[in-house]
Amino acid sequence: MAQLAVEKPFPPGEYPVVVVGSGPGGLQASYALRRLGIEHALISQDDSPGGMFRKWPVFGRLLSWTKADAPYDRRAREYEWFDHNSLVADEPENRGLAAEFIDRTWMVPTVPEMTANLQAFAERTGTAVRLECRWEGTRFEEEGFVLETTDGEYRCKVAVFAIGVTDPLKTPIPGIEEVPHYVDVRRDKESYRGKRVVVIGKRNSGFELADGLVPWASQVFLVSPRPVAAEVIALSTVRARYLQPYEDWSWGGGTFAVDAAIDRIERTAGGGYRILASGTTREGPIVLEADEAIAATGFRTPMRDLAGLGCATVKQGVLPAQTHHWESATVPGIYFAGNATQAAAGLRKHGVASASGTVSGFRYNSRLLAAHIGEKHFGIERPRPSLAVDDVAPLLVSEVARSPELWSQKSYFVRVVSRGDDGGAVDEGYQPLAAFLDEGGADAIAVTVEMNGSGEIYPAAYLRRNGGVEEDTRPPQALNEFEGEGYRAYIDDHVRRTLG
Amino acid sequence: MAIGSDIVEGLGSLQLFADLDRPRLEEISHTFDEEIIPQGQRVLRQGLTGSNVYVILEGEAGVVLSGNEIARLHRGDFFGEVSVLLGEAPTADVVARTALRCIVIPGPQLREFLLRHPKVMFQMLRVVTLRLRNTLAWHS
Repeated sequence: MAQLAVEKPFPPGEYPVVVVGSGPGGLQASYALRRLGIEHALISQDDSPGGMFRKWPVFGRLLSWTKADAPYDRRAREYEWFDHNSLVADEPENRGLAAEFIDRTWMVPTVPEMTANLQAFAERTGTAVRLECRWEGTRFEEEGFVLETTDGEYRCKVAVFAIGVTDPLKTPIPGIEEVPHYVDVRRDKESYRGKRVVVIGKRNSGFELADGLVPWASQVFLVSPRPVAAEVIALSTVRARYLQPYEDWSWGGGTFAVDAAIDRIERTAGGGYRILASGTTREGPIVLEADEAIAATGFRTPMRDLAGLGCATVKQGVLPAQTHHWESATVPGIYFAGNATQAAAGLRKHGVASASGTVSGFRYNSRLLAAHIGEKHFGIERPRPSLAVDDVAPLLVSEVARSPELWSQKSYFVRVVSRGDDGGAVDEGYQPLAAFLDEGGADAIAVTVEMNGSGEIYPAAYLRRNGGVEEDTRPPQALNEFEGEGYRAYIDDHVRRTLG
Repeated sequence: MAIGSDIVEGLGSLQLFADLDRPRLEEISHTFDEEIIPQGQRVLRQGLTGSNVYVILEGEAGVVLSGNEIARLHRGDFFGEVSVLLGEAPTADVVARTALRCIVIPGPQLREFLLRHPKVMFQMLRVVTLRLRNTLAWHS
């Protein structure tokens, strides 16, 4: 808390770790590092914590939900299942903060509610930030990095970039330079009254715009090459925003979801737009005339000079390529936290990638990130409590049944218990599944939940014995109750065979 | 393919997608994720269910069985299709021999993708047939 009293904490200088960014990813990473006693500086170009949620979504309401009252108390860990917007804390009094600020008009918070939630987390947990300190450049120096900022130079062994996915990105279509990006859209929705609007893009931001504009515009056209995967959307946490305009389209209510690759965009004499496109799911040319056009073509991580430093990227420079521990795939010592960690998709079992593009997924990454940084770079061992072998099966059964970490990051995280030197068991906590499979170690059992191609959830166990790993999964259960006698016997048998 | 270069052109230069026009290549680039697998990391794991199909955009991978590399895969090659089509776990590992850049076709989406793009299905069939012929030639 002492740092909070300092108007500008973390002056330029030398730190073991520097974290850049004060959105949810940066706050959560700093909190996790501090819990492990890893000294670091947290710097941000912004004048208050909250990151992108201080400005977006443009129409003022998020996609992710918080259920203010749930079957579990807000201070209980299990409540995290029902709250996708709070950061996670070890102290019960700092858990479930989003619910304090949501006015229950809807289950998804407004921008001011989300910002208040994040700022409350920073204040109450004593997570200090050096604000208005803009990271401008990066260079190697001896065994670490120098971060050049508007306040001066920071030297560190490890740099953690929690810089989001916030740089507006326009698909390279001839004429798109005439089209305002999502970030420049007019927030006065009434100004779109009676207009024909083309939204380029059918992902989150495209549907968010359509949802806001449908009550005002005469027609809304959503255009992109990829068809809408309604069956996927229906199972995702963003369904509310997506399905309203999509329902309008299915009823012929004035919204169109058009599957087409845009060849070029022209301005018309009256100041409107002409979109010339080629159909994808249905072949043939498509011409759309519109009064307004908006490019909801996405965002990329503001990498600045990191690509030049050697950090590889994926999706044409949109996201930094990372290991399972969120380290740059090509520059050791540079890590990422927050939304950008979605590029570490994990094994994608049955095509299901990590949930790290959402607060409810990446908030858990930061604990593992801090533990990994501590062990790899500073020799700080993470806590590994001993367990009696008889206590292992009940622990793992409850993890499969109720762990927010495992249920949020399906088939990305596993809960691991290994065989101890003294014949007992050792609680290794959570690990990325890929790390458990590939990095070796003592005989151990790891459990998680996964999702199959039909969207059904099922339990899985991974058994490491004599250096090899064997998978054993169980079928889904209609009510997702994985604590019954059959599941207990399943886990117990594996524990006996692996650790007994 | 250099970082930031046009993935649509990159896809079109691969034999698997060579018969597709630009709108369909754009659809593919918007539909499937691109992934970089660091050198030395496994991409497919023997015995693990729920795997996907990978198409190599850049780099090399080794097919490893019982510790021995039995085949080397390069740009344009694809792998993982056998286990996805048969609904079985892979019978070998695939390991990134260099940093490997791939597009990932999720296993549950392969069937619909191939049915919607018969030209890709034909190219895949052709390559699988070549592999079968080579295997038979090796055994004869």
